[in-house]
Amino acid sequence: MLVSLRVGVHNLPMRRRPVPRRVRPVAVISALALVIGLGGLTGLAPPAAATTAAGVTETEAMVPVGTEPDGTPVQIDTSTFAPGTTGRHPALLLAHGFGGSKADLDTQAKRYAAQGWVVVTYTARGFGASGGRIHLDDPALEVADARTLVDTLAARDDVRLDATGDPRVAVAGGSYGGALALMLGATDPRIDGIVASITWNDLALSLFPQQGLPAGDGRPTTPARIDPTDVPGIYKQLWGSRFFAGSVAGSQGTSAPPATSTTPADLLCGRFDLSLCHGLTAAAETGTPAPELLDTLRGHGPNAVIGDRMPPTLLIQGLTDSLFGLDQADANARAIAATGAPLAVRWTDGGHDARSATQAQDDAAAEAWLGHYVKAETKPALEGSLPVAAFTYALPQARRQSAPPLVTLPAYPGLGEDDATWSTIPLVAAKDSSRILTPPGGQPASTTSIPGLAAAGLSLPTYQLAALPGQSAHMDTRDVQRMTIVGSPRVTLTITSVAPEVTLFVSLWQVQGSAVSQPRPLVAPVRARVTPGVPTEVTVALPAGTWTVEQGSTWRVLVTSTDTAFAGSRDARADVIAFPTALAVPTAVGTPVSVAGERDTESWLLAGALVALLAGLGARAWWARRRRARLPFREDLADVPLVVSHLVKTYADGHRAVDDVSWRAERGQVVGLLGPNGAGKTTTMRMMLGLIRPDSGTVHVAGHPITPGAPILGRVGALVEGPGFLPHLTGRENLQAFWRATGRPAEEAGFEEALDVAALGGALDRPVRTYSHGMKQRLGIAQAMLGKPDVLFLDEPTNGLDPPQIAAMRPILQAYAATGRTVVVSSHLLAEVEMTCSHVVVMHAGRVVTAGPVAELVASEDTTVIETASAPMEGALATLTGAHGIRSVEVIDEGDRAKITIVADRPRPEVVRLALDAGLDVTGVGSRRHLEEVFLGVIASAQEVGGAQDSGAGGVVERLRQVRAR
Amino acid sequence: MSAPLSFRAEIGRQLGRRRTVWIFGILIVLPLLFVAAFSLDSGPRDGGANAGTRPVDLATGGAANFTIFVLLVSGELLLYIVAALLAGDPVPAEASWSSLRYLLTAPVARARLLTSKLVVGLLSLAVAVVVLAVWALLVGWIAYGTAVFTIPGGGTMPWGTFLPRLAIVLPYLFVSVLPIAAIAFWVGVRTDTPLAAVGAALIAYIVAGILDSIDALGDWRKALPGHYSRAWLDLLYSSDPDWSAMRHGVLWSLLYAVLFVAIGFRRFDRKDVLS
Repeated sequence: MLVSLRVGVHNLPMRRRPVPRRVRPVAVISALALVIGLGGLTGLAPPAAATTAAGVTETEAMVPVGTEPDGTPVQIDTSTFAPGTTGRHPALLLAHGFGGSKADLDTQAKRYAAQGWVVVTYTARGFGASGGRIHLDDPALEVADARTLVDTLAARDDVRLDATGDPRVAVAGGSYGGALALMLGATDPRIDGIVASITWNDLALSLFPQQGLPAGDGRPTTPARIDPTDVPGIYKQLWGSRFFAGSVAGSQGTSAPPATSTTPADLLCGRFDLSLCHGLTAAAETGTPAPELLDTLRGHGPNAVIGDRMPPTLLIQGLTDSLFGLDQADANARAIAATGAPLAVRWTDGGHDARSATQAQDDAAAEAWLGHYVKAETKPALEGSLPVAAFTYALPQARRQSAPPLVTLPAYPGLGEDDATWSTIPLVAAKDSSRILTPPGGQPASTTSIPGLAAAGLSLPTYQLAALPGQSAHMDTRDVQRMTIVGSPRVTLTITSVAPEVTLFVSLWQVQGSAVSQPRPLVAPVRARVTPGVPTEVTVALPAGTWTVEQGSTWRVLVTSTDTAFAGSRDARADVIAFPTALAVPTAVGTPVSVAGERDTESWLLAGALVALLAGLGARAWWARRRRARLPFREDLADVPLVVSHLVKTYADGHRAVDDVSWRAERGQVVGLLGPNGAGKTTTMRMMLGLIRPDSGTVHVAGHPITPGAPILGRVGALVEGPGFLPHLTGRENLQAFWRATGRPAEEAGFEEALDVAALGGALDRPVRTYSHGMKQRLGIAQAMLGKPDVLFLDEPTNGLDPPQIAAMRPILQAYAATGRTVVVSSHLLAEVEMTCSHVVVMHAGRVVTAGPVAELVASEDTTVIETASAPMEGALATLTGAHGIRSVEVIDEGDRAKITIVADRPRPEVVRLALDAGLDVTGVGSRRHLEEVFLGVIASAQEVGGAQDSGAGGVVERLRQVRAR
Repeated sequence: MSAPLSFRAEIGRQLGRRRTVWIFGILIVLPLLFVAAFSLDSGPRDGGANAGTRPVDLATGGAANFTIFVLLVSGELLLYIVAALLAGDPVPAEASWSSLRYLLTAPVARARLLTSKLVVGLLSLAVAVVVLAVWALLVGWIAYGTAVFTIPGGGTMPWGTFLPRLAIVLPYLFVSVLPIAAIAFWVGVRTDTPLAAVGAALIAYIVAGILDSIDALGDWRKALPGHYSRAWLDLLYSSDPDWSAMRHGVLWSLLYAVLFVAIGFRRFDRKDVLS
């Protein structure tokens, strides 16, 4: 992972967008070997025009510019994006980063063109399809090229002119292009506005930095003011080699013709200017720059050209930039501020090491800046207020934040010691001083930060690689108060060395438990001249940045003798570092920017959805309440305890469990609800209790319709399909809990009478889970009778009861009904029902097949029951059925005997005689049927009527057997 | 005559249950278990000193750190189960005891029954969260003293800041487990087996957790229940907390909770009670 990342960033050291679009995993050596020397381009490429979105037209052209120092003519590759609208427009010159080309700027150019700018992008000399060599923004070459382009803009008829030959034009760019923008603005008075991103002020200081501020009056208070020839800086070797490789790699894959020259210099330097190339390679090899190289580099930066006039400038510099740090922007800002030009500074996260998470805001600021100073019809007064905050900085991204929060200050404080508000943090070290060694050859070297690593959002635990034993010393903060550090903290080290020149690297870390991390992965290189053996104070400006410091947090200043990113000393050396007692930190309290793009859409959407959901639910509930047809109270049924009329229920599986059931029960009745399994008894009972919604039909109790949870159910007691109790409560507690759930006063319950019915004795105070089936059953009946309901539904009440208990239950129910209440019992024990009930309702297959008083059903003058010793012959039965005056003959065949019920209009003796005559071997004659016979009879006839389709051969008899067996 | 199935009556039905006793028992034993486990710790192993911040070091730093540790480790799965049990189990438990039909014919209106069950269930959940935190604070105080809260990211937080933050963390924890409670409640009114309700809700959360770990889903993961379950840590990482994640978490939780509770009510209102 690490390897591929490093390679990815290698090739694109100075581009505005460090995350590469073209990843060419080419190592330095192979890249150098693959160099193709390029001669000048000859001939004009044919102009090509294309219209893109929003009417923007793009025109490509090769523009001749000044010749190379050796006289080679040069043309540069340009694109002009013109807005679709007519009239004159402001112009914008866009410059790309090192190793890139004009193609990198397409998106930006089209965006500006669509907003009414004439945008020119071009590939700088030495890159891509342009001719010439790379001179690192030489004022006489690259900057002069840009001036030539301004001339071409002045000649266009769609560009607004401030004066003849003076177009209204802005210039913007990042890194290599940023320095060009500043230098062009400083040297060409026609420029009206600048946006310069992540770029340098002094190239010499950038590549050979040094952040130790010497002691004494008049000393520089910021690293940007150090004269590099005074104390030469330390070569930024990691960036240096990437820089070099990038320029070489950037010359490949272009439309340039193949190399005409294969001289060693061309092979090594690619399209680099040869003297620059040789100077840089020499410096890289020795670690020390030649004075001529430093002079050249110093001449190729804004530091060399910014004089007393600058257009309004917006400087954007990255907090995660180990190439061009905030000190470079600070130097630019100082120079521009000295000219009196309008100036705004932005510190964004990202930089050459990482992509910025606030890119959109930076772009918006750039548009605001250029819109205000360049695009406006009349130029604003330069003394007026700025279109953006004078200083905007990003704080470290906190947990879960999608982007670092932006904060503004009304003025840019700068990095100098006399600029900002300073406070101190006490430092404490394990001992007063510490000896650190530089090993011979400078190896192993500390790895403090790996440039480019942050681009992938990674932070490796580099502390172990940075704090090498014997080669490092550290001191921790204590008693930290909450603050925000904005700028470059200072720490003053007292160094005693064995050598006249000391090279040290200082970095700031955060200690979290046993983990030490670096929120800003930057390191300050220090080179100081000392007298051997004499303690010398050196004030170190730590890399500038922003830190959010929590109260009580611990921070660590780490001093190492080596660093892989820099070409440090290779001589063995020992230094004694005496620790200071405090870390000086610049602090600021700014105004947080409420980022427009960060409007919390998620919250608003969610809150909206929540409100909509609640409103929808409320509306639905209101509508349902309105629409729910309230069944009226039936005055005519007020005196009838229970009326069931036309109940129909079809289950989801299509089974019609109850099909038009109607019956009624009067006061004082004990009604038996009979029927084989699946007859619909339980479903009917559940509908009578409001547990199931009928498809149609109604149930009324004392005139009140039964609906789920209807209050009238309080006058109904029920035991349906077995009792149900909370197993962890005792029997008594269960009854009390049930009664409490009804919400009615305890004195209405009649606990004592109910408990008498249950007859549980001492078991009443045991948890119900210890009860037998019969005990639960009796408790269930008792629960149903709580509160003396007007209607009592008992489903199979005798289940699990022994015969004495069944016998005991009988008078209880009858006595209950005798008080004017109604009891409905469903049971299979027909004999029991016959003895207990006054009325029965017989159901079969969802229908009521017969209903009436028990006495009427079982006893009848016209009925004769004949028992026979064997199954009756078909002929005998046919004879009997065909005889005069016989209304019906029902046979219950029990195999070895049979029971024949004959209903006739003739007196019983005649019926018996008829039977004998028919050949039946009569063993007994009865006048009264048992309920069982009635039941089986009506079921059988119901089955014959409607059940042909659902019974097979012998089905009727078999089914009846089953019914009886239960 | 009070309303049918008053909250008091419902509390009486739930209080003596072994389920309830077990839940609170585990919550009480858990901090003690941690203390016992930490007492076995013999310090960082040699050579592993740089392995990073050890959670143990933070947890045993004082009552405040211990409490946060307990909430952190139990906040996810344990509180999920507790929430699913307390909210999802009461209705199917009544159904499995066959007592649901007697409650409904007592009569208790269906909406009233659900309201009582839900309110008492959520009340128990709130009590469970508070009991866990207060008990952890107490155990931590006795075991590790009253040192101020050490922010995992560095720095400390005085008690005067920590306690109000904790007072916000607890309601947030409660709200963040509401969706699983609501899912369990919804499944609970559809089924007669308490295990199905709790299991279904847990599976829903586990699936959401798995999906949450798939980076390819990007921002869609924000909609997953449980995505913001640790957002309350924001309160403890900085003295100037970022509220946005917690705000999102609360809103998502409420949205899910209202949705599932509503369809639970709707379902139960139309249901044929066959248990």
